Amino acid sequence: MIADIQTFFRHLADSGINLTIFYDAFDFDRFVKGLGNTLLLIVLSAFFSIIIGSAGAAVLTLGKGPATVVVRAYVALFRNTPLLVQMYFFYFAIGSIMPVSQNEIGLPVPLLGSFSWAVISLSLYSGAFNVETFRSGVGAVHNSYEEAALALGYSRAQAFISVTVPLALRFSFASLSNNLVDLTKATTVAYAVGVAELLYVSNQIWSDSLNTIEMMNVMLLIYLGLTGAVVFIINRVEAATHLPGFGLGVG
Amino acid sequence: MNFSSSSQPLIALRGVRKSFGAVEVLRGIDIDIRKGEVVAIIGPSGSGKSTILRTINGLTPINEGVITVGEIRVNDPKVDKVKLRHRVGMVFQQYNLFPHKTVLENVAMAPIQVLKQPRPQVEERARKLLGEMRLPDKASSYPGELSGGQQQRVAIARALCMEPEVILFDEVTAALDPEMVKEVLSAVRKVAEDGMTCILVTHEMGFAREAADHIYFTDKGVIVEHAPPADFFARASDPRTKEFLSKVL
Repeated sequence: MIADIQTFFRHLADSGINLTIFYDAFDFDRFVKGLGNTLLLIVLSAFFSIIIGSAGAAVLTLGKGPATVVVRAYVALFRNTPLLVQMYFFYFAIGSIMPVSQNEIGLPVPLLGSFSWAVISLSLYSGAFNVETFRSGVGAVHNSYEEAALALGYSRAQAFISVTVPLALRFSFASLSNNLVDLTKATTVAYAVGVAELLYVSNQIWSDSLNTIEMMNVMLLIYLGLTGAVVFIINRVEAATHLPGFGLGVG
Repeated sequence: MNFSSSSQPLIALRGVRKSFGAVEVLRGIDIDIRKGEVVAIIGPSGSGKSTILRTINGLTPINEGVITVGEIRVNDPKVDKVKLRHRVGMVFQQYNLFPHKTVLENVAMAPIQVLKQPRPQVEERARKLLGEMRLPDKASSYPGELSGGQQQRVAIARALCMEPEVILFDEVTAALDPEMVKEVLSAVRKVAEDGMTCILVTHEMGFAREAADHIYFTDKGVIVEHAPPADFFARASDPRTKEFLSKVL
């Protein structure tokens, strides 16, 4: 079976469409590793950006004074500057002042590698957008629900967690979907700090095999597939948490 | 009906004033309500009726005056809100059920989460209350699957499940289709007949006349008239009351 596929793509290469990743074991390996790193970047950054977004929105909703100022400043900074500049800043500016240890043969080992910095940078970037997404979700929940909880003896924080948050999440899916699609595409920026993600390995492959056009098309299809998967997953979660007679869409 | 005026009032408002920005909505309200009494507050819209209710359970803080529920001083900034809202339940015009919780969870969640009562005991009480509200088979439905009248009866069961001493009813039939008003009013009436102290803000004059022990008429943030219903509807003295009654009766 695999041999048949390899033979097919070798023949295809003879006719001018050279997809080395489907018949060359070395290219296939690095392509799969790149895809794996891209998936890992998406999953980790999405996870942390959602945590950051919820925490930030909670502070903006419940907190007052200095805490809200800090969150607002964070959102302004990370939403209004280019991701590439942020990533360079983390990797080259902050990374250079971080402690460096040595391995057993005396080579320097940075505390955080390029992959970790990429996750941190992407999480903070996407997290800033998620703060606004969840904040608008909270804003969409009519305050009569919170009031009903208060009238039953709930504290503001308890009412927020038990009543406002579960309803606010349901108003946040459309915007969250936008942010996570954007995050999926933004993982390619990690290339700039040397993370061997999909764009990075594809560049290596087309440099070696001179099949730039083929690899470009492969990339476009894969990112279409990845963003499609992200949207599909969020749509499924949205459908599973849909409440009769509440929220967007048909009741 | 309980007209004994010898006992201490359960709820007392003295000189209560409240402003929203430059608008003074309550301009010196005095009310005494004794245990077991049913009191109806009526008046034109914007007269401050709902605000009076909301000051009693502390949802709306007041600017001046004193409100007491039993020994609890509601306008004390350090008031124990859990204790206050355990004693004073509330039912809202728009029901305000939690859409992400089933009917049973709506009724049982506050006693479990706020009063820390054991779940089996609370759920048993909740099912009994749903039965009394003639909704025994709706326990696992979501609020969005019920009619307005059914939702409002769940909201009444939710207030009762906290085992309060007084329930505030804030225009509980105003959002309902006409054919559902009756079922909710009979539920309120049942609560009142079981001895619960009830304060109703209502536009249902017929219901106020039948069910209430006392009627307070408010206009422009003051209580214009206060009388038992028979006197109030037959012999209203103040021209403002007369004008209002001529419009609604």
